[in-house]
Amino acid sequence: MRIFAIAVFVALAALPAAADEPTVQLKPGPGLDKVEGNCGACHSLDYIQMNSPFLNAAGWNAEVTKMIKAFGAPISDADAKDIAAYLAKNYGT
Amino acid sequence: MLTRRRVLGTAGAGVALAGSGLGWPKFFQAEAAGAPLSPGVPAGLDSSAVMATLPGKKPLIKLSYRPPNYESPLQYFRTPITPNDQFFVRYHLSDIPDVDAKTYKIEVGGDGANGQTEITFDDLKKFPAYEIAAVNQCSGSRRGLSSPHVAGVEWGYGAMGCARWKGARLKDVLDLVGLKPEAIEIAFNGAEGPAFDKTPDFIKSLPVWKAIDESTLIAYEMNGEPLPHFNGYPARLIVPGWTGTYWMKHLISITALTKPQGGFWMNPAYRIPVGEFPIVARFITQENATSTPITEIVVNSLITSHTDGVKVKVGHNTISGLAWDGGYGIRTVEASTDGGTTWSAAKLGDDLGRYAFRPWSFQLAAKRGKNTVMVNATNKIGQTQTATLLFNPAGYHNNVMQSLTLNAG
Repeated sequence: MRIFAIAVFVALAALPAAADEPTVQLKPGPGLDKVEGNCGACHSLDYIQMNSPFLNAAGWNAEVTKMIKAFGAPISDADAKDIAAYLAKNYGT
Repeated sequence: MLTRRRVLGTAGAGVALAGSGLGWPKFFQAEAAGAPLSPGVPAGLDSSAVMATLPGKKPLIKLSYRPPNYESPLQYFRTPITPNDQFFVRYHLSDIPDVDAKTYKIEVGGDGANGQTEITFDDLKKFPAYEIAAVNQCSGSRRGLSSPHVAGVEWGYGAMGCARWKGARLKDVLDLVGLKPEAIEIAFNGAEGPAFDKTPDFIKSLPVWKAIDESTLIAYEMNGEPLPHFNGYPARLIVPGWTGTYWMKHLISITALTKPQGGFWMNPAYRIPVGEFPIVARFITQENATSTPITEIVVNSLITSHTDGVKVKVGHNTISGLAWDGGYGIRTVEASTDGGTTWSAAKLGDDLGRYAFRPWSFQLAAKRGKNTVMVNATNKIGQTQTATLLFNPAGYHNNVMQSLTLNAG
C-alpha cells in the first residue's frame, strides 16, 4: 500500500540492507556489485542462496527477467546480463 | 535427534526484543548457522538458513530476512494449536508498517457493492464475534521438497500453523454496504507495500460464495490475544480451508467486484494446472483453459515426534503427529510399517473442529535394526495423500506420504 518514490528507491539501492538486517555475504566474483546494488534493493540476498544450486543459466536468466517484467525492477539490460551470468556461475547447476 | 538440529537456548533474546519498535524488524540472529531443515530442501539453505528471532517470536527458521519469511521448526508442531510466538511468518513485500489500532480503518466498497463505508478497529469489535480453530498453511509449504526443485521461497514442512481465530464474519461486514447481484469476487488489500513503486501491490480476491461463508472471518484475536505484528496486527482475513495466500494480513480494504480481480498475485502467481489435483472448491471466475487459482488445502499429515534416521528403543515407541485438510475433516490416519503393504489405524486425538490440526498417534513395536514408518491421512470425502509427488511449476500441494526410517537398538 505505501509507495516509495523513485528517489527513495535510489537511496535504498545505495543501502541494500535495512537497518539491523544481517549482511548476507554472497560468493565473490565479477558482477557481485551489481547483484548487491540491484537485487538487494528489493529483497535480502539470502533469496539467491536459498534458490541454489538447482537453476541452470536459462533458469537464472528467467528469474532476472521475472524481477524486471513482473516485479518492475529497474535493471538495465547490461546489468541484467551481468547479474544472470554471476548467478549462473556462482549459484547455478 | 533432528537432522541438523541445533539447541534453541535463546529464549531471553526474544523477550528482550519483544518490546522494541516494530516496522522494520529488529533482527536478532540467534545462531551463526544451522537450522533443523526438512529433508530434501535445496542445499543452498544449509549455509543460509539460520534460527533467528523476530520481535515477539521464538526462534524460527529464517529463510529470508527481507521480506521476512520464517518457518516453524518441527518441534513447534507437537500440539494441535500453534502458539502465537511459534507461528510462521510470510510476507511478499518488504514495506511493513507498524499499524496503530487507534487510527486503523478498513475501507469497504467497490463497484459490486451498493455503497461504501469504512470501519474502525472498535467498529470491528462491535460485530457479533465468532471463534474458529483453523490451519493457516502457506500455498508454498513444502515447495522446497519439490523434485525437481522450483524457484521461490524454499519452505520445508513448517509454513503452517493452527490457531483459534476470533473476529467478525466478513459476511456481516459486507452486509453494511450490501452486495449487488452482479458481484462475483471480493478483493482484499493489506497495509504492507512493495519496496519499489513498480512492484505489484499484494491484492487477492475470493469468490463471493467463499467470502460470505460463515467461517470466513476478519480476525482480531489469535489464541485469545491480539494478533502478533508479523501475523497481521491488528486484523486479518481468516479463510478456513483455503491456503494462506487469501488470509490477507493488516487488512485495510474490502472491495466487491463485478469483474475478476487482475494483477500478478492472481495470475500468473498462485496457480495450479487445471485438473491435476482433486480439488472440490473451485474459483471459476479466475479459471482459464490451463490454470486455476490454488484454493483449498489438500489432505495431509506430518510426523512430529520423530525425524528420519533417529534412534528409538527396541519395543514400544509412540509415534505421533498431526493431520489436516481443507475443512472436510479427518476420517482416519493410518500407519504402515511394511512399506505400505498393510495399514493400521492410528488413534485420533482431540477434535478441535474440521478446519484444525487433528493430532494422532500409534504404537510402533520396533524390532532391532531399521524400522520403516509410513503415514497416510484420509479425509471425510475419501481423499488421501499421494504416494508420489504431483509436480507443478510452483511446488504447491505436496502431500506425499512421509516414510521415515527409525533405528532401534
